[in-house]
This record gives sequence, C-alpha cells and structure tokens, in this order.
Amino acid sequence: MAAGLGAASWLTPVAQLLAAEAEAKSSREPAQSVILLWLGGGPSQLETFDPHAGKKIAGGTKAVDTALKGVQLAEGLPRVAEELGSISLIRSMRSKEGDHERGVYLAKTGYRPDPTVVHPSIGAVCCHELPAKSAIAKTATDIPRHISILPDNWPARGGYLGGEYDAFKIHDPQAKLEDLTARVDDARQRRRLAEDLSVVERAFARGRRRAAEGTLHRETIENARIMMTSAQLKAFDISQEPENVRGMYGDSSFGRGCLAARRLIEVGVRCVEVTLGGWDSHINNHEVHKNLNAALDPAFAGLISDLRERGLLENTIVVCGGEFGRSPDINPLGGRDHWPHNFTVALAGGGIRAGVVLGETDPDGGRETPNPKSFPDLHATLLHALGIDPAKEVITPIGRPLKLAEGEIIRELLA
Amino acid sequence: MGLWAKNLLFATVVLTGLGGMAYVVRPGYRPGRPEQLPAVHFTPSEVQATVEGLNAALRQSWQTAGVAPAPRAEDLAIARRISLALTGTIPSLEEIRKFEAYPGEGRLAWWTSHLLADRRSADYLAERFTRAYVGVVDGPFLLFRRRRFRIWLADELYANRPYDQLVRDLIATDGVWTDRPAANFITATINPDDENNKPNVNALAGRVTRAFLGIRLDCAECHDHPFAAWKQRDFQGLAAFFAQTENALFRGESKPFQGIREGSGELEAEDYATGEKHVIAPAAPFQPELLPSAPEHRRARLAAWVTHPENKAFARATVNRIWALLYGRALVEPVDDIPLDDVPAALDVLADDFSAHGYDLRRLIGAIVLSESFARDSAADDEGASERQEQTFAAFPLTRLRPEQVIGAVWQAARLSTVDDDSHILVQLTHYGETNDFITRYGDAGEDEFEPQSGTIPQRLLMMNGDLVHGKIEQNPLANAATQLAWLAPDDQSAVEGAYLAVLTRRPTREEADHFIARLRDSHGDDRARRVEDLYWTLLNSTEFSWNH
Repeated sequence: MAAGLGAASWLTPVAQLLAAEAEAKSSREPAQSVILLWLGGGPSQLETFDPHAGKKIAGGTKAVDTALKGVQLAEGLPRVAEELGSISLIRSMRSKEGDHERGVYLAKTGYRPDPTVVHPSIGAVCCHELPAKSAIAKTATDIPRHISILPDNWPARGGYLGGEYDAFKIHDPQAKLEDLTARVDDARQRRRLAEDLSVVERAFARGRRRAAEGTLHRETIENARIMMTSAQLKAFDISQEPENVRGMYGDSSFGRGCLAARRLIEVGVRCVEVTLGGWDSHINNHEVHKNLNAALDPAFAGLISDLRERGLLENTIVVCGGEFGRSPDINPLGGRDHWPHNFTVALAGGGIRAGVVLGETDPDGGRETPNPKSFPDLHATLLHALGIDPAKEVITPIGRPLKLAEGEIIRELLA
Repeated sequence: MGLWAKNLLFATVVLTGLGGMAYVVRPGYRPGRPEQLPAVHFTPSEVQATVEGLNAALRQSWQTAGVAPAPRAEDLAIARRISLALTGTIPSLEEIRKFEAYPGEGRLAWWTSHLLADRRSADYLAERFTRAYVGVVDGPFLLFRRRRFRIWLADELYANRPYDQLVRDLIATDGVWTDRPAANFITATINPDDENNKPNVNALAGRVTRAFLGIRLDCAECHDHPFAAWKQRDFQGLAAFFAQTENALFRGESKPFQGIREGSGELEAEDYATGEKHVIAPAAPFQPELLPSAPEHRRARLAAWVTHPENKAFARATVNRIWALLYGRALVEPVDDIPLDDVPAALDVLADDFSAHGYDLRRLIGAIVLSESFARDSAADDEGASERQEQTFAAFPLTRLRPEQVIGAVWQAARLSTVDDDSHILVQLTHYGETNDFITRYGDAGEDEFEPQSGTIPQRLLMMNGDLVHGKIEQNPLANAATQLAWLAPDDQSAVEGAYLAVLTRRPTREEADHFIARLRDSHGDDRARRVEDLYWTLLNSTEFSWNH
C-alpha cells in the first residue's frame, strides 16, 4: 500500500485519500453506471486525444502537457489535460466501419450492423442485466434508467431487447421536460385514470385477458404516472445546482447535459448518453475542432472532477469518443476525412485503471497500429467492469443466441 | 377581398360546416343513398372461389393445430381493421354512418372497394412499401429522392398497375432519378462519399431478395447462412447482376446526364482461404432455368427472373407482405424470411391466385379481407383467445399500431367528417408537420415493421400529456369533435355513443354507457365540454385505441 501511494505522490491530498480508500477495497464493487460522452460525426484524434505536434500530420495543431508525464493532448483540451491522471486513453482503437450510421451502430452496440437482428446499445444491456436499484441510489429508480441527452439521429436503442429499453430522450436540461405534466388538475386526472379508464379497459379485456395483459399497456401507463410524480425527476433540473458547480461544466448545452448526467447517476440511472455532435470536419477541420473542444473541455474535465469529489467516480464509468477518427492527411478544403484505422477513446472511473495510455499511432499517419482494440473489445471491458459477464448469451427474437459482447476484455485497463 | 368579407365567408363556412355535423352526430342519421360502388378490380363474386380455397386451407390448419376459430367480429371492428391497413387511420363518424346504411350483405366488400379507390390508400400503402424497398432514411443528398419515389409509387398503386410490372421497373429502370422515380431504388444505395458513385451491389442484392423474394440471402453476405441453405456464392451471384450498374451523372463524359445505366465491369470477390480475387458471374440462387439468357442488360434479366410466373417466391413474398399489412402480423414470420419449400397452404392458395390473375394487388387484398379468418374476433369466450389461436389466425392477433396509424387515428377521431386529401391545404400542412413530430417522438419502428413490440413510457406520456392530443380534445367548437359532440348531440347517450364510434369505432357496452352517461348527466356549457373532453382523453389512452384488434 505504501508503495502504491508512493508511486502516486503527485496526487492532491484528497485524491490520495481516495486512492488509498480504493486500494483498501481489494474485492471492489462493480461499477454501477455508465456515462457516454458521445462525440458524433467522428472527432479527429489529432485535434483531441492524440496530437502529433510538430509532425506533418498535425497540420500545425499544437499540444499541451498533461498530468501524466510524457503524455500530451491537443491544445484545445487544457482542462482535460489537467485531469488526465484520472483518465485512460486507448489510442489504438480500430473500427471496421467507415460510414457514420454503421460506425455509430458498431460503437454503441459492439456489433456490426446485421440485417437479421438489431443489437441493443450498452445502456440497454445495463438496464436489462442490472437490478432496478443501483448501489449509488438510496431507493429503486422510478424514472427511466437509460437516458439520451441531446440525441442525434442515432440515439441508443433497445434493439432486440425491446423498445422499452430505448434511451429516454431529453434535450437541453435548461428547458422544461416535455409531456411530464398532466393537462388537468389532480382530481380530474385521478378520475380519468382510476375510474374512467378502468371501465374501458375492463370492456376490452373481456375475452382477451391474456393478449390485453401482454400489451403491457396498463403497466406502461402506471409507470408513466409514477414517473410524472416522481421526486427523482428533480435529477433533470440542473438549476438546483449552485452556480460554481454549473460553472465547472462550462456554458453549453453539452456541459449542462453532463451535469444532468451526474445528477441522474445519483438517483440510480444506469446509463446516460450525452451527445456533442458536429465533428464531421470534411471542411475546415481545425476551426470545427476549436469550437467543439471549447464545449468538450470544461464539460469532460468538470464531470471527472465533480464525480471524483463526490466519490462517484469509483462506481461510474465515463467513456468519451465517437464512431471513428479522422485522416492524418488534410484535404484541399482544410478538412480531414473519415479514418476508422486508428483513433482514440477516453475512459475513466468505475474500476477502469486511471492514467493508462494504451497503443500509439504512427507519427507519419500510417494505417497500421500495434495492438489495435475494437469496439467489441471495449464493450466486453465495460460490461466486465459493470459486473456483467460479456460472454453471457441472450436468445434473440429470431432464436439465435448472441453474446452480450463478442470482444476480448482489455485486461491492461482493469484495476 | 376586404376583411369584413373574409370574416363573413369564414362565418358562413363554419355555420354550414357545423350544420352538416349536427346530422352526423344524431344516432338516427342515415345518409340519403349509399354512394355507388366505385370501379374496382375485384368484385366479391370474382374472388369467391379464392376466398373459399383460403378458408378451406385455414380451416385445415386450425384442425391440425387443434384450435377452434374465434367467433365472428362485429362488422365495425372489421371495417376498422381494413381502414387502418389501407389508409393508416380509423373510419370517421361520417363514414361509419355510410357504412351502416349499406345493406349488411356486401357491406365489407363495398367498404374495401371504397377505400381502395381512395387516394389515401395509395398514399399510405406506398409509404409502407417504400420502407421495404428503400428503407426509412432520406438517403444520399441529391441522389435519392425518397418523397419523389413514394409519390410515384402511390400513383402506380392508385392506377393498380400489375405488381410484377412495377417490380420490373424498380429493378431494371435506367435513367435519372428525378425523371424516372423508380431509379431511386438503385440510387438510394449510393454512398455519396464514394468517388466512383457506384450503387452498392450488396445492399441491392439484399433489398431485392428480401423485398421481392422473401428470402434473407444477405445473411450470406459475409458467411454462409447458419441455418438456411444459402451460401456466400449465392449472394455474390445475385449481387453480380448489379455489377455493371453505374450512375453516369458525375462522370464528365460526352453524354453526362444519363443517370442510372448499365456500363461495364465485373464483381470481384476475394477468396478467404487463398486471398486471390476472382470474377463472380451473375447467377440465380435457385431455379436458374427461369433466367433468360438475353438481353445483355443484367438488371433486366434479373427482373425477368424475379417476376417469372414460375418463380413462386415472388408471389409468396408479396402475399406475405400484404397479409402482414392487413393483420399486423405476417402469415410466415419474419415477413421476409419464407422457406422455399414447406409453406402454409393458405400462402400458396393466395400466391397462385395472385400470379394467375395478373399480380393484381386489389384482388389479393379483397380476397384476404373477405376471408373467414379476417373476420374472426380478437376476443373469444371463457378463457379468451389463446396465443395459438392468434398464431394460426383463428383469432385476430392483437398488434401495436404503427406511429403513423396512431396519429392518423388521433387526427380522425378529433373530426366528425373524413380527413382526406380533399381537406383544405392548410389542414394538410398542419397535419404533415404534426405527423412528423409525433412520429419522431412516438418512436418509429423503422424497417422492422412487423416485429412484435410493446409500448413505451414516452409514447404514453405523449398520449397522456402531449400537445397534439391536448390540442385535439380541448374545447374548440370549430375544430374538435369532442366539443361538437358536447354542443350538438341531442342527449347524453348520443354524445357518449358518438365519442365511442369516433374514437373506438364501436358502441359502448352497457356498463360503459351507464358510466359515462352518468358523467354527463345534467351538465351544461363549458362543464359539459370538459366532461366530453375527459371521455375523449380516456378513450384515446385506452389499450384498445393503440392496438389493432
């Protein structure tokens, strides 16, 4: 234990204490939740997590030093650089899909698109496999446990697990949630639901009891009603946070989404996906990244430090990345094109080892990478960290048994 | 026109409109004369033999499965099914009155013909087919006009073009996709990031086999099919029919604006074992003798093979899809995975009739809806309809309505007259915007439209608290049926009955009538309007409203 702390002597006192606590738990509790910071469109590894400052492929992008000795990030991410002691990078991610839709599918489900079956996203798998009460929360969760904030065209889906596992979608947490307030006063609402609807349902169930029950219609209405009146709805309301906490995440819808994600995890939500789209920089790559990094940097760094300070980073995994990277060559329009060959995904918390940088890319922009990791590998690793056996097979609706994830667990990332 | 004149015109329209409505809400109202039977391509007597063949085949399968058929459903319940399948909405109160005025015998045949002759059916069916043909996304910018494609398809369906001809167009058309909308079937697969601008041969092979042949050859794209007999070579051979298809728009040649055409080139595949590349020759995955040797045009050869009268897979796939559109569940599931041998006898009765009678979709639809099976209730006595009864179509299966059917039904339920293409343009525009927003939020089922699904919390929240439903039931005497019923119905009973007919296409049971009549008793003015609004809300949020039954 002393040796372990000695090696981490650069940690702040609070972090040291937490690190000691973490080491004390030899059989650690599995992670409870996942926050996916989804960088839709495919961010450039060179302008984010894997700069090659000074090389031709950098195209002039500079780098900053980080909390990890000898590791640099692109100049647009100075605050993430400060937090890098809590974060790990897989710089040798490789995808088999170079198209956005197919790439997103592979990244979010860990499977390539297959015309015969729709695979569930990681959040759907978590909700399916883990109990309704998270160890983080005091009570069971009665709001949806799979949430997509600022969804783009391809939010996380339940796939073969069913539509009820689709992510519940919300927009900028600054706005009021839609459709959660009854249109009439309590007495009238109660009369509609408890008295009137029962009469109609009773008539329909006559001679159809089994089939009518199979629709889950009444349960779904009841769950919707519980949600409408749930105290946990407050988790969506970031205005309840003090000014200084809101400030940590930056003034952007993405930053507010990350703050809401933390609040949601606290009430036991299993997976929150927060999307920051627009990385598809076929034109003016540097400008695009400069603007998006301005939102990503405080939000990602703020989330990590906020989770750590609250002792939540231990059981929450944060994943940050997109469907693929961008080409080392800069095209005539100043853009970078799709590049699935090697790019970076960042990970933190939830039993993932901190401060690891796995793999490296060719400073001259080659396609080959030693020890490449795939999205199926990433999914297997995440599930393992969540205490779910990735090799567990689920019978899909077409009768074919499928593993929850078919990749190899990335052992180097396990604490 | 001055402002006062506009106001006067508006007032006149409103008053005559409401006056007309006043008749519809009266239970005793009967329209003067049932409208004439529209010219259709099927008459009940013409399809009688087919219907009998189908009935016999299904009765046999019920006997084998040891299930008894459920009792016959009410005519109105059957009318609702037909309406949801063909127009994507429920019958209006106005239509219900017409339907009930028609003599009992032949009423359902009349109703089916009436709807098939309605442009709404062509539009709705075109959208459903478009999903199977080109998917749900809008596709590559400029190269693919989904909307244009759908309108063209609707025109073809409206004209009842023989289905084999239509499919040959889809596969083999040359030309620019704006001028020849069928070519969008090809251009939808072009990856805009690909410099060669070539259609995706694998995607096309997958579409053709699934949509037109009901086989999932695309499982064999990457490997041999784990269960079925399909080999990777079968898939590649089919894909090779598209190997010479090119898009001649962006090539800067002497005649650049040709769009989709046949050029040259071959499909090459890599042998996994040796790494060697070899040319794949176009080949039919089964019944190769039906493939014509001429012409040179590869897609024309493929189209002729797919639609060959002896290629049973084509007729079966079409029958299975139409069946699924009508019942909400395919006869052979999944809808696009039909074995080449060993299919239910009922499927072949219809498939044989379909190919023997010029691939006439209206005739096919007519034969199915007039069958004994289609008229079964979804409820049965005692224990209720069993799963086995539903699976064998001895009871009508309960299936979740698609988002556009739900919104179509909300829209229709909120109007006493029929919402259709003749509606004022502003009505259509609002309808369109609201439809899209609602469908997005309700959750589109995408291409997997016949997967069994249960409802979701966001759907319930949208129906319980959403703007659309609220806007359609709140007090508004000019627009909303709920208020009109509160104002115009002569008594409590006809107000309740009117709401049930408009929303659930049936009359209330005794218990329901007693309950809701008591709710309305001695109410007046705004209070009465609120009570009818509550009734509407309740009916719209019932299981019965959101499910086909």
